[in-house]
Amino acid sequence: MKAKWFLLSIFFTLSLILSGCDNSLLVFDPKGPQAKTLSDTIIFSIIMMAGILLVVYILFTFMLVKYRASKMDDSYEPPHEEGSKWLEITWTIIPIIIVIVLSVVTVRTTSEVESKPVAYANDKPLVIYASSSNWKWHFSYPEEGIETVNYVNIPEDRPVEFRLYSFGPITSFWIPQLAGQKYAMSDMVTKINLAAEIPGSYIGKNSNFNGKDFAHMEFETQVMTEKDYEKWVEEVKETAPALTESEFDELIEPSVLGRKTYSSTHLEFSPAPEGEHAGHHHGNSDEETDSSHHMDMDMDMEDHK
Amino acid sequence: MKIDHAKPLEYSTEENRLKILGFWVFLGAEIVLFSTLFAVYFTLVNRTGNGPAGSHIFELTPVMVETIVLLSSSFTIGLGIHAMRIGAKKAMMTFFGITLVLGAVFLGVEITEFVTYVHEGATIQTSAFLSSLFTLLGTHGAHVTFGLLWGSAILFQVKKRGLTPETANKSFIFSLYWHFLDVVWIFIFSFVYLKGMM
Amino acid sequence: MKWDEFFVTGEPMIYAAMVSIVLVSVAIVAGLTYFKKWGYLWRNWLTTVDHKKIGVMYIIAALLMLFRGGVDALLMRAQTAVPENGLLDGQHYNEIFTTHGIIMILFMAMPFIIGLMNVVIPLQIGARDVAFPRLNAVSFWLFFFGAMLLNLSFVIGGSPDAGWSAYFPLASTEFSPTVGNNYYSLSLQIAGIGTLMTGINFLVTILKMRAPGMTLMKMPMFTWSILITSVIIIFAFPVLTVALALMMLDRQFGTQFFAMQNGGMDMLWANLFWVWGHPEVYIVILPAFGIYSEIIATFARKNLYGYKSMVISMVAISMLSFLVWVHHFYTMGHGVMVNSVFSITTMAIAIPTGVKIFNWLFTLRKGKITFSTPMLYALAFIPIFTIGGVTGVMLAMASADYQYHNTMFLVAHFHYVLIPGTVFAVIAGYHYWFPKVFGFRLNEKLGKWAFWFIAISFNVTFFPLFILGLNGMTRRMYTYSESTGFGPLNMLSMVGAVGLTIGFLLLVYNIYWSTRYAKRDTTGDPWDGRSLEWSTPSPVPEYNFAKTPVVTKLDAFWFSKKENTPLTDDGDYEPIHMPNNNGQPFIMGVAFFFFGFFMVFSWWIPAIIAGLVVLGTMAYRTFEQDHGHHISVEEIERTEKALRGEQS
Repeated sequence: MKAKWFLLSIFFTLSLILSGCDNSLLVFDPKGPQAKTLSDTIIFSIIMMAGILLVVYILFTFMLVKYRASKMDDSYEPPHEEGSKWLEITWTIIPIIIVIVLSVVTVRTTSEVESKPVAYANDKPLVIYASSSNWKWHFSYPEEGIETVNYVNIPEDRPVEFRLYSFGPITSFWIPQLAGQKYAMSDMVTKINLAAEIPGSYIGKNSNFNGKDFAHMEFETQVMTEKDYEKWVEEVKETAPALTESEFDELIEPSVLGRKTYSSTHLEFSPAPEGEHAGHHHGNSDEETDSSHHMDMDMDMEDHK
Repeated sequence: MKIDHAKPLEYSTEENRLKILGFWVFLGAEIVLFSTLFAVYFTLVNRTGNGPAGSHIFELTPVMVETIVLLSSSFTIGLGIHAMRIGAKKAMMTFFGITLVLGAVFLGVEITEFVTYVHEGATIQTSAFLSSLFTLLGTHGAHVTFGLLWGSAILFQVKKRGLTPETANKSFIFSLYWHFLDVVWIFIFSFVYLKGMM
Repeated sequence: MKWDEFFVTGEPMIYAAMVSIVLVSVAIVAGLTYFKKWGYLWRNWLTTVDHKKIGVMYIIAALLMLFRGGVDALLMRAQTAVPENGLLDGQHYNEIFTTHGIIMILFMAMPFIIGLMNVVIPLQIGARDVAFPRLNAVSFWLFFFGAMLLNLSFVIGGSPDAGWSAYFPLASTEFSPTVGNNYYSLSLQIAGIGTLMTGINFLVTILKMRAPGMTLMKMPMFTWSILITSVIIIFAFPVLTVALALMMLDRQFGTQFFAMQNGGMDMLWANLFWVWGHPEVYIVILPAFGIYSEIIATFARKNLYGYKSMVISMVAISMLSFLVWVHHFYTMGHGVMVNSVFSITTMAIAIPTGVKIFNWLFTLRKGKITFSTPMLYALAFIPIFTIGGVTGVMLAMASADYQYHNTMFLVAHFHYVLIPGTVFAVIAGYHYWFPKVFGFRLNEKLGKWAFWFIAISFNVTFFPLFILGLNGMTRRMYTYSESTGFGPLNMLSMVGAVGLTIGFLLLVYNIYWSTRYAKRDTTGDPWDGRSLEWSTPSPVPEYNFAKTPVVTKLDAFWFSKKENTPLTDDGDYEPIHMPNNNGQPFIMGVAFFFFGFFMVFSWWIPAIIAGLVVLGTMAYRTFEQDHGHHISVEEIERTEKALRGEQS
């Protein structure tokens, strides 16, 4: 019977992903605590969902096999059934329980990945501003006073706080093996907290469509040992040129670029849209009272954690 | 066409009853439309950029005039419908005429107000706040303008064809529309102007 | 503006499209003239106010758009089938996925559903037409000319290229300088007004024009789904109207709503778009649930299990649909609290949806299932849609969504919801109600071949995308390098897309074959149906029901057949009042088309003139005196005799 084979093949494919290729898919190959949390959450949800699918598929196959007309007596007339209170309550209550379980998991894991990784709660994070322009990423290290384009180096075993914003269309900053993604927008700064635990090179990208060369907007994330990282910073400070305002203006024009390295950051002359520079403060001559913030609907997202 | 004489003229046929219900539903959609515009306005009200805030450009007098004129027009159209119910065609037409004149006055004052804003450097392009202000007021104003055209067309039909189930139905539906615009204005008056001037 | 900016140039594929558009137009005009069909076309179709004909026109337009959107999809799959492919450049690819999205949702799925509801709803509630037949024609022509306007962008001026969600600032003139997104705001606006009017029309129709005795809880499930859908349309579409108006103002009149300076807020667009956009998803899925309910009950020869809970769950879904829009941008950084709330409301939708799945399964229990073509689609829907549903729950979890957002996983999910949900449903409904409209069934053998091609190829096309997404492939990439390893699965997906194409071509071939060779149905009830539409002869006479049926219970027609009780009283026929045809809706649509076109190019004076013509058609409507016409008793008798043969 065709339908049955068809269903079985779907199910096999599903179980194949669950068991076989976990390790090769980026999302299931985490290199830091945040990505690990997400990977675990996803695997947990897949297992629960596979259970639901199994119930539906068994019932479905049973009904199709047992109640086909070709197997029935010609005189058989199906009964009139209004429904069953208890059955209907059952298949309302069980999904409710499943949703409650998943809600608890969601709230816990969301707050976990939104804050500093637990294992590094007491460490001072490395702050890196990651700003996007069409079609490249700019990484500014304010404390180190260096800036890179289209690649970012970070030390292992230390919390990193990426502060994201954009010089144009909305982009989404994503290093699948280290953390989930977040939008970079022009009028506010959003944050990603992560830590990397295994040195290596990981792909990072913009995942939010932003025009013609969107597909080329990738960057390399190099996780280094603390020592190598410090060495690299020193090297950049000594050898790389400073970033001038006019050069930066050229950089943010739409283009696809290779890597660049500078020994100063654009934040000095073009600060990020946070604090007094946030979007709705721009050029505001008037009193900007705190009460005004309550007027903005939750769309405004004043508090991004 | 079956005419039910037990009911008021505007409800007297099946078609008329459907039209009135349909129009109520349409007003429901209009409420959503204006609510969205209000939501946009409240979201952007403090985002004044380099332009003036509401408190700098709003003036009480013209707004009070607009409010009084529009509220009175809502009252006169109510009288018009009452006249229609008792079959007084002349009175009904008079009240409808007054309503439309008041609507035109409202529109005139609003246009002058817009001109003043623009002269003060507050145009629809100046800031997000002003864009949302002009769009909200403009949408209401456009509704009033459309109402003036529509109302005149109906008045003309009543004059030519008398009070028939059809013309009565149209007049009644128009009165619903007009009352609705009045309600929207009360919200604009309270939440845009009064709140903005405080 | 120079001519080479006006017409899209430089692409062989676009030149080919231009040539084919011209050739097809010439062929249509020549054909109509040669066969002297202009009068027929005008009198019977362009001016019609008959809900059945309007429904047919909606469905024809939707099928055409299905192929336009389908070609877009094939091109996308072909471009990404191998790494570093040079078939399309970035810009062209962007235009194609943008129009694919817009067309499939707004100009295929919605009109197909609206077409089916036009054909079926008045018949199912025992009415002679919708509440406002003229408005219905206006709705159709606004949709039709809105769709034409968007399609025109392909050859004149350039297509929208900022994605179907047209996020700002990308969709602003700074980053999207062609007129493409002007087409977006204006064509959707025109079509959207038409949809809103449809919502109002069907709400009033269902509330006020049901046959005597048909209380709300005795309505067929499809009618229930359309009632709820109409309510969603009325609450959701005005938000789109505002969003599109603000978009137009920003792009063409220099306002600052979504600007990056002067206080503008880009995410305001995303919020407005999804406040409409998420309910929109349910506008296309709830009617599908209604269609499946009808078909599953008919071919299991059993009444729908848990009717009440089916209704309650649809109402619950419709309310929740307005409370979940933020899940489209969890990644915007609004903190744990907001994301958690919207995660929970989103997951809650799974509860009523689950209830429905189980009710369908239990409708099958103790049934007597026959596997007709419409039933095959309905049955395939259950297992495939459930995959779409459970992946939806996975996406609803905010934390996990940080890894799925903007990836192929999401693309796979919504195709798993929309294709088995909406597309299978409209195809099933089209096979199911086809004999009602045309008086013969589509060939079952061809239908089943098409079904197996579509159902299997669908999974081959879209299942690989789940895996690609988890491997980090983002959506909307026009190319990727070989080192990503995305190649083989994309190639597999391409193979599936070819299979889907074959399936859809078979579907169309079936129309041709069945029109020529299929046996005519003389009963009006070829499937042994349950609801009132099957009680009137096929093809349905202009007046639908010679005598208004009287309903005492759910599935009234089924019981009248089983218990041999008549659905109507014994009285004589009475003259039937029907509305007259009129060309005003068509002319209004044409005027709207030109208004939109001139607005796209900011040609203000022609736009104002076209706008005045629109107002003129409205003025004509208010001044005209049209009381419709009556169909005489003799004519009814004659028609009924011809259609029903000897038995009445």
